[in-house]
Amino acid sequence: MTEKKNLIEIRNLTHRYGDVTAIDDINLDIHENEFFALLGPSGCGKTTLLRVLAGFETPDAGTVMLGNTDLISIPPNKRPINLMFQSYALFPHMNVGQNIAYGLEREKLGKNEIKTRVAEVLETVGLSDKSKSRPLQLSGGQRQRVALARAIIKRPKLLLLDEPLSALDRKVRAEMQIELKRLQHEVGITFVVVTHDQEEAMSMADRIAVIAKGKVEQVDFPVDLYERPKNRYVGGFIGDSNFFDGIATSTGIINEKLGPMPGNHYGRNITGPAHLLIRPEDLRVAQGDEHSISAKVQDVAFFGGASTIILTIDNHPTTILFSQPGSTSIQRGSQLQLTWDEQKAIVLPSDSPSESNN
Amino acid sequence: MGVTYFFLYVPIIALVGMSFNASESPFTWNGFSTKWYGVLANDSTVMKGLTNTLIVAFTSTFLATILGTALAVGLHQYTKSAFLNAFALAPAIMPDIVLGIGLLALFALLSMTLGLYSVVIAHVVFSMAFVSAVVKARLSNSDPALREASMDLGATRSTTFFKITLPSLTPAIVAGALLAFTLSLDEFVIAFFTNGPATPTLPIIIYSMVRFGVTPEINALASLLMLVSFTAVIGAQRMTKLAEAR
Repeated sequence: MTEKKNLIEIRNLTHRYGDVTAIDDINLDIHENEFFALLGPSGCGKTTLLRVLAGFETPDAGTVMLGNTDLISIPPNKRPINLMFQSYALFPHMNVGQNIAYGLEREKLGKNEIKTRVAEVLETVGLSDKSKSRPLQLSGGQRQRVALARAIIKRPKLLLLDEPLSALDRKVRAEMQIELKRLQHEVGITFVVVTHDQEEAMSMADRIAVIAKGKVEQVDFPVDLYERPKNRYVGGFIGDSNFFDGIATSTGIINEKLGPMPGNHYGRNITGPAHLLIRPEDLRVAQGDEHSISAKVQDVAFFGGASTIILTIDNHPTTILFSQPGSTSIQRGSQLQLTWDEQKAIVLPSDSPSESNN
Repeated sequence: MGVTYFFLYVPIIALVGMSFNASESPFTWNGFSTKWYGVLANDSTVMKGLTNTLIVAFTSTFLATILGTALAVGLHQYTKSAFLNAFALAPAIMPDIVLGIGLLALFALLSMTLGLYSVVIAHVVFSMAFVSAVVKARLSNSDPALREASMDLGATRSTTFFKITLPSLTPAIVAGALLAFTLSLDEFVIAFFTNGPATPTLPIIIYSMVRFGVTPEINALASLLMLVSFTAVIGAQRMTKLAEAR
């Protein structure tokens, strides 16, 4: 990846609602033309951050710069930023065309230009024939396209999307994921999407910021978030994971019950209490006298492309997930010796998520 | 259910029926006649009362609709105070007689001479509460994101109000206005207290006529009043449906 230009620079941003700190000293750079995701559980502050960017909340402290402009002092209707609301917020008393034209009319553009651009954007979202329909006459997926069209027609520098897919059913959601990504490339606008759904974020975003309790835990490319989480919180939030507690050694950790477990520090040289994260697909059945742990098969589930085997280990508090491509011959109730690729097992520091923030 | 409807509508049917009675006595039926409607049209007292009532109803509805809508929007956007919200509704729940006496006392204190305008003021007070209650109900069901979406798309506060908030409230505003209108039309107690001697409204005239017994002329008058109210209510429903379908 080449070094990209920053579109938005967020510095030391803090916002409280009464006693509740919704966002806590956040620093974040959003690049030009990227698809950026704010990912976290509900109540983590991601929506507040979005509302600060849109201008509906004035933060208690910190700055948000767009180029050389300080955004905080600019009211929402003057910002070159548009928001696609979670509820879509389509104006019920206007038809689709009027909804989409609303933003351009506020710019006092000529009737003909508005008409051309509305037609253009309707074409982009594939709703050219629905211009005269009322929002209530449309399906959920169509409404979302209208909301998107209305938000991109002003050609904002930044488009914010608040849980854009949550109101759609599963099948439409998968289509829209691809659609959103295509649109982002097509219109060349920076997208910032807020979501609690890690699969959604992983499949759409160029980069993801994992947020917990008002703090940014990690900002990274999806693959790096998965393969090299910085702490236990991110490791557990993204994808399936098996954790083992212990004391860090130079080659892994030592677990009280299971003994030495090799893993990769990724150059961080962690000491003291630590965790070892092993992804389900990095486990395999041991051959010969490799290092291994003994586990009992509790259940086997086949998902078409892969099988997930759920195991228990004596004296280990949680069940272990082990996935194999395709179907499996492993039987429920059998005893397995499992081993793993020590390069892929990740040693993580034993900090609480908020302390490990960098 | 049948019994309930019978109970509800028999007096109205009797009233309308008797207004077409040729006989002057409420106890006998002498055949069908529309002559009492003619008598009514030529009764200058009744006509004057009707004019007064319509002036009061239209003016107070107009003012109450504007003020009530403004009150509802203001309460919705700028305060969460249950206290203020409850107080906005108070004039609608307060017994008419209390409001009537209170207003009379206030007018006397300000040494205002009573006239139609004092009735208008009095009617605005309670109608406004009804309008604001209806509009507020609609507001609390509306998506708060609509206003934000409008601002986000570049609209100012006032553009947002006139282009987004107000249109989405139209059905409620119309319903509130018609409610205010029908309430004002047959309002007696408050008008009785706040009216000037020279400008009686129709309900007051009817009351003074009834003191000498129920005549078919009064029945005819009451039937007409009912027709106006019904038309207003049906009109309101049509408007609401129209506004929603648009």
